[in-house]
Amino acid sequence: MGLKMVVTVKQVPDTHNLSGDAMKPDGTVNRNALPAIFNPEDLNALEEALKIKETIGGTVTAISMGPPKAKDVLKECLYRGADEVILVSDKLFAGADTLATSYALKCAIEKVGGFDLILCGRQAIDGDTAQVGPQIAEKLKINQLTCVSEIVEIDERSVCVKRSVENGYEIVRSRFPVLLTITAGANEPRSPSAKRVMAYKNVDSVVCETAYDETWFNPQSCNNVSRIREWNTQTIDADPALCGLSGSPTKVKKIENVVLTAGEVKQIPNTDAGIAGLIHELIEEHILG
Amino acid sequence: MSMTRNVMVFIELNDGKIADVSLELVCEAGRLARKLNTGVVAVAMGYDARNELMCLGGFGCDKVYYTDDSRLSFFSSVPYAGIMVSAIRKYQPGIVLFGATTMGRDLAPRVASALRCGLTADCTQLEIGDHGIRDKEYKNILLQIRPAFGGNIIATIVSPESTPSMATVREGVMKMAEPDPSGKTEIVMEPCCVPDEDFLTEVIQVVREESSVNLKSARIIVSAGMGAGSPEGLLLVKQLARTLGGVAGASRPVVDAGLMDRCCQVGQTGVTVRPNLYIACGISGQIQHRAGMEGAKRIIAINKDLEAPIFNIAHYGIVGDIHDVIPKMIKAYKAKA
Ligand SMILES: Cc1cc2nc3c(=O)[nH]c(=O)nc-3n(C[C@H](O)[C@H](O)[C@H](O)COP(=O)(O)OP(=O)(O)OC[C@H]3O[C@@H](n4cnc5c(N)ncnc54)[C@H](O)[C@@H]3O)c2cc1C
Repeated sequence: MGLKMVVTVKQVPDTHNLSGDAMKPDGTVNRNALPAIFNPEDLNALEEALKIKETIGGTVTAISMGPPKAKDVLKECLYRGADEVILVSDKLFAGADTLATSYALKCAIEKVGGFDLILCGRQAIDGDTAQVGPQIAEKLKINQLTCVSEIVEIDERSVCVKRSVENGYEIVRSRFPVLLTITAGANEPRSPSAKRVMAYKNVDSVVCETAYDETWFNPQSCNNVSRIREWNTQTIDADPALCGLSGSPTKVKKIENVVLTAGEVKQIPNTDAGIAGLIHELIEEHILG
Repeated sequence: MSMTRNVMVFIELNDGKIADVSLELVCEAGRLARKLNTGVVAVAMGYDARNELMCLGGFGCDKVYYTDDSRLSFFSSVPYAGIMVSAIRKYQPGIVLFGATTMGRDLAPRVASALRCGLTADCTQLEIGDHGIRDKEYKNILLQIRPAFGGNIIATIVSPESTPSMATVREGVMKMAEPDPSGKTEIVMEPCCVPDEDFLTEVIQVVREESSVNLKSARIIVSAGMGAGSPEGLLLVKQLARTLGGVAGASRPVVDAGLMDRCCQVGQTGVTVRPNLYIACGISGQIQHRAGMEGAKRIIAINKDLEAPIFNIAHYGIVGDIHDVIPKMIKAYKAKA
């Protein structure tokens, strides 16, 4: 049988390329104004799931909550080897904080059902909160192991991991079901497979009224073009009051831009000669020995 | 006791010892409590740590609710969260603070989820103030201030519609006051009602390493930021450090990601260094990082983004990709030396 694994993935604004006006007046991000990327540690979580699939077998379902554009990261999951991808998308999810996000993901994961292992990236680079993973685990009433930097051992019933903690590490084990949050140090994510890119580059999503209907599993109807399931609040039986802005206890009161003071800097051209000149100067001044 | 809800602090115990960040937070809780005219209480769990907790009185903590059980000697998410949730339900604090350690960042979200209350991670400043939502004005609530979006903005977050307001704070952010030797705290023993089946995490090994590299005394430091945060990038950084006779350091996200050791972290919550030469490879130069290296005599910044703030404090700036620049530096040095 193998393991049933769920990986949560997020499309994030590339936080290294943004300014304060990428925020809307209500304090939520204007994601359209920023380049969108696959949250880096979610790629590590996906990689870990794919590795487990290759060693002991199983299926990998990737779920993303986000606007329709988040299909891009789900396609990236297909390119790398995910078996099934689900977009959880609804206008009602807009403005969700970590609590409302984890609620929606929990509802979706319950629809997937029967999972052994949930893998999340440790944190997303837009908020850096590391909260959604533990909150999903709490809502599903399952155990969690956070900050996992290595999967030491895994079998059909339990997983043993290395967690990186302050000044050291811990080796801990948990039975399934369990949620893991994976750090960047865990692995080097694979690149998309060219064959899979060809197969999936044109896939699109279909809105599903019920999470799984029988026709989906009919090989004739399961064409690649509608490979991304799209679920909304109704599909996942989510209570709208607990979703999006209304389900979010935290509110943004104020946003300030960080201003960094300017100073003198000597520009060194990025050429062999430029860098050799710099090294020479530093040796002359006894900075370098 | 006053009428307003207390400020509560989660006390992190490692090997039966209180984490520094917990003491810092008790001091900060005292500052907030004075503004609110209320008290400071703490929640702790562990095994045989009652004596260790007595010192909290000196930092201004009025009461400690302590759960003692041999099964609690190591951190485990479900039991710890369960105990914290019961304590919050029972004692109804207005504010709860956690250290933003791996333990605090594991525990706090789980607790916030169970209580359906707001939680703000990694606050750099906490204040008391007012906030209006629609036609309702909330007085004397917790303002949670934190950098967001890679440090490009500072956001003030509030969560007045749910109680308590919860926040995590990194070690070293809040000041620890000198303990007052006459300060006393009352330790209230709480029964441990966690069933065995909730202890889902089996702890096999706990390793705490003493820091091995000594950044503080290094004359040359080559530091890796997220721009060098791949195994390949780190290899280059370490190679350059070795070639120049220096040691390798890192920015916090690189350490947090488990790519480098905690003892290599330079910055506000890491070590402060004053080498002759500091080479920042793929480091954006956020204020918390700069706090730890601005004293370097010479700073070389390598960054592919011309606008990166690190260039504002660097003496030499090289705009380029570290994968391209570092090999050139190694080559140039080997040619000269
Ligand atoms: C309370 C608090 C305490 C903190 N304490 C510390 C601390 O002690 N130390 C610390 O370092 N941080 C600390 N931080 C975090 C700090 O705010 C920054 O998030 C962190 O320093 C950013 O690290 P970085 O520069 O490596 O990463 P990023 O900000 O992600 O920057 C990466 C940089 O690399 C560049 N880059 C990307 N790819 C390449 C490439 N191939 N070649 C060249 N350049 C490239 C990018 O242009 C970018 O400028 C703290 C934060 C808080 C809130």
